[in-house]
Amino acid sequence: MSKERVGVYICHCGSNIAGTVAVEEVSQWAAGLPNVVVSRDYKFMCSSLGQELVEKDIKELGLTRVVVAACSPHMHERTFRATCERAGLNPFLFEMANIRELDSWATDDRVAATQKAKAMVSAAIRRVIHHQPLQLLPVTINPNTLVVGGGVAGITAALEIANAGYHVYLVEREPSIGGHMAQLDKTFPTLDCSACILTPKMVDVAQNKNITLLSWSEVEAVEGYVGNFTVTVRKKARYVNEEKCTGCGICIEKCPKKVVDEVFEAGLGYRKAIYRPFPQAVPKYPVIDTASCIFFQRGKCKACQMFCPTEAIDFEQQDQILKLEVGNIILATGYDTFDPRRIPQYGYGRLANVFTSLEFERMVNAAGPTGGRIVLRDGVTTPKSVAIIHCVGSRDKNYNEHCSRVCCMYSLKFSHLLHERLPDAQVYEFYIDIRATAKRYEEFYHRILEEGTRFIRGRVAEVTDAARLPGEEGKLIVQYEDTLIGKQRRLPVDMVILSVGMEARRDSREVAQIFGLGCEYNGFFIERHPKLDPVNTMTEGIQIAGACQGPMAIPEAVAQGAAAAARVLSLISQGTVMMEPVRAHINAEKCSGCRICNDLCPYNAIVFHEDRKVSEVITALCQGCGACVAACPSAAITGAHFTDEQVMAQIEGMLWDMQPRIAVTATGAE
Amino acid sequence: MAAKEKPKFAMYWAASCGGCEISTLNIGDKILAVDEAFDIAFWPCVADFKVKDVEKYPDGYIDLCLFNGAIRNSENEEMAHLLRKKSKILVAFGSCASEGCIPGLSNLTTAEATLRAVYLDNPSTDNPKRVLPQPFTKVPEGTIQIPVFYERVKSLDQVVPVDYVMPGCPPEAHQIAAVMDAVITGVPLPPPGRSIIGAGNVAVCEECPRQKNVKRIKRFYRPHEITPDPEICLLEQGIVCMGIATRAGCGALCPRVNMRCEGCYGPLDGVEDQGANMVAAIASVVEEGSGPLAGIDEAELQRRIGEVMDTLVDPAGTFYRFNMAHSLLMRARFTGDSAEKGVA
Repeated sequence: MSKERVGVYICHCGSNIAGTVAVEEVSQWAAGLPNVVVSRDYKFMCSSLGQELVEKDIKELGLTRVVVAACSPHMHERTFRATCERAGLNPFLFEMANIRELDSWATDDRVAATQKAKAMVSAAIRRVIHHQPLQLLPVTINPNTLVVGGGVAGITAALEIANAGYHVYLVEREPSIGGHMAQLDKTFPTLDCSACILTPKMVDVAQNKNITLLSWSEVEAVEGYVGNFTVTVRKKARYVNEEKCTGCGICIEKCPKKVVDEVFEAGLGYRKAIYRPFPQAVPKYPVIDTASCIFFQRGKCKACQMFCPTEAIDFEQQDQILKLEVGNIILATGYDTFDPRRIPQYGYGRLANVFTSLEFERMVNAAGPTGGRIVLRDGVTTPKSVAIIHCVGSRDKNYNEHCSRVCCMYSLKFSHLLHERLPDAQVYEFYIDIRATAKRYEEFYHRILEEGTRFIRGRVAEVTDAARLPGEEGKLIVQYEDTLIGKQRRLPVDMVILSVGMEARRDSREVAQIFGLGCEYNGFFIERHPKLDPVNTMTEGIQIAGACQGPMAIPEAVAQGAAAAARVLSLISQGTVMMEPVRAHINAEKCSGCRICNDLCPYNAIVFHEDRKVSEVITALCQGCGACVAACPSAAITGAHFTDEQVMAQIEGMLWDMQPRIAVTATGAE
Repeated sequence: MAAKEKPKFAMYWAASCGGCEISTLNIGDKILAVDEAFDIAFWPCVADFKVKDVEKYPDGYIDLCLFNGAIRNSENEEMAHLLRKKSKILVAFGSCASEGCIPGLSNLTTAEATLRAVYLDNPSTDNPKRVLPQPFTKVPEGTIQIPVFYERVKSLDQVVPVDYVMPGCPPEAHQIAAVMDAVITGVPLPPPGRSIIGAGNVAVCEECPRQKNVKRIKRFYRPHEITPDPEICLLEQGIVCMGIATRAGCGALCPRVNMRCEGCYGPLDGVEDQGANMVAAIASVVEEGSGPLAGIDEAELQRRIGEVMDTLVDPAGTFYRFNMAHSLLMRARFTGDSAEKGVA
């Protein structure tokens, strides 16, 4: 038997654990296990009194190993490691058994939960005996930061960091930064002009010496780890030399090719083949859309080149691959709007006068394709009645279960703008619930109520142009159930606006893979903790901000951008971080040079020495994922803190009540 | 007669093919040195001793006993216990004694199915009365007894403690000679307790002269389906060479002549399960079919992986050819009393 002296502490976590697990029983039972010197249960192990208990026992009873059975290691592993360290015990001689998330919260069955707690405690005790003292590894933080996505969240984050004096690479895949906010007309509830409050920030980005703006660019690969990422960025060819271009716009004026702008104008307006998404675009340099450009398609034209006063047009330009060295990354990649074609009964794409909310934003915008006039698809007729349908693609099990959180408020804003521009028009809001939950939102709702909008509670079943009743001819008929009076009704209107919800970006899973993040079932990036760590991720050194984390409005996206920047600045100011010493190591004596592991490392931490015919793990690059450890067929690779010995002991401990029927032992000779 | 009595040597043959004995005789002239150094106390293959002779020896009488063969029936087990008692040093000699080897593969099925395959269903078997061996048979003269055929094959160390393991199917003659030399000249052996002797401590690749590159396997080939490049690692060419997961000691005999290593020298120190380790290694380097991976769903990925893996015929016989009986898989399944109750 091992000589290690183990202390076991079972946490009640108030009633979180004690409500389901018989903690005193587990504690008394553990006291009788081999190597256990002391076993206690306590109301809150994480409290300072709970921690002092452990410290006192380490000193007075000479404990050499500590097991705390409590919550998830994500919550308090660091707490108890620090406790051990204060008492002079190496922090890695500690093991945590998660009897809350994995046990008491997973069942109401007290007997089963207690039994499982015993198994987990037994596993932790057997494992901790094999633990080895380890030292944290210091890692230097490169002070440069990468911000991905130039919407309002990314802009805010970039400016915060740049203003603190550190360099930022801001990568945006569209030709201009600005994101969705640049497309909006007014912001709720204050009715500020969206562009007017955003463009100064965009200009700040352009002028800030600490920001390298890489628009029309995409991140292709990320290697490395916190403090030392190497990022591969593809800077797509603009076919415009940024050194020479003055942004005068003559090329755009002279370009003979007009195409529908599906991105910025949401399909409602046109742009040229060489274009800037909007006049205040940052950077000011235009981009040639090669799929539409007459020269790229047919080999003739070159009008832009001919008229460019500074010879900035360069048809030979190639994509550039840039390698950026950064210490931290902030992802602010935003959202997509729900495509209402997926709900065919609402007729979008089939019935001309059904619009999406984004189309309406562009239409009502003075700088938009209609110059701010609200008209039907014919471009002339003003609607006399408008129906706004809420929750399109949101709060619906068929599409997205989540509430998109902004649609209620922007729909109310639309009502206001409709009343303002078309005082005679009737406006109807079809809602499920009005969610007006932030500062001044409820007041805004009341204001709209007073402006004469009709609010109808009920989900719309169908929008159709098939007239059945007199007065319906030539109109869009909204078929709905008014749930407040419990009746099926039809309402003929001229225009329908679908308040589409927010979804994760279509390629969010691929992006998550590039950056090593997790995605939720609906594609939004997963934060480290939904309450206490909303901008951090499980990957050290990578933060998320804005609607890539979940649906949110502008103020929250800005707050998250700033919060992520604060996180990054705190790391930069520390200069170094201490990294988990959980690393793989190859025993050169045992390595036969078979090279199975060589191509497995996601961090490229394994090198093969051709001269000695052995592979080696570069400790600084290794992230301890264990892929090579599992793959090594001759057990030449060891994963620190996850050795075979430790894991097998843990499994044996977990199966304590199965013995002797099943014994997983090294010799099998019992 | 020498003034000092010579140490005693024994070699026994349980469930095995006899290759270990042949390999031992293959050490050539050195066999004379063995004879000179030792008194043969028991070696049914070469000298006429009976079990009752052994039973009469005092405990620990035999200085060195090489035990080859697996434990397949009650006689094997009785002999294992007897020789353990009578020997100072008991060596699990060869793959059957160390790991179960080919007989161990029958643990994938039942004893009954094994007997049926041998005595009834085999196309070359003529057994019109469909007689199966029975431990007890009544004949006019009395009852005839033969050993009980066990439900599963065990390695020697699953029955009695062994001091050393000498792997190989069979152990190579030069390794046997070296071990004998060491024992005769008194070179100290490693501390006993299932320690490995007569083999290396690195994988076969260390001894294999082939060029090793980064591996990406798109499909597997059986030996008759491909003429391998003689210079390049066989595994890279899609031939499931077990060399990466197998202890060195043979001098990479098979890969040197274009044949895949089958894994007879067993797992390396620290490896719990040779077959499982090999599966993990292979799984890590299988190319997930052709075409870009971005955007393909899990079912499609499954299908592509399945396509590659379908080219690997007989995975159990490939990965567990020699180590089935001693594998973690089998140990977890059979240790304790569940085996005979048919937990399988």
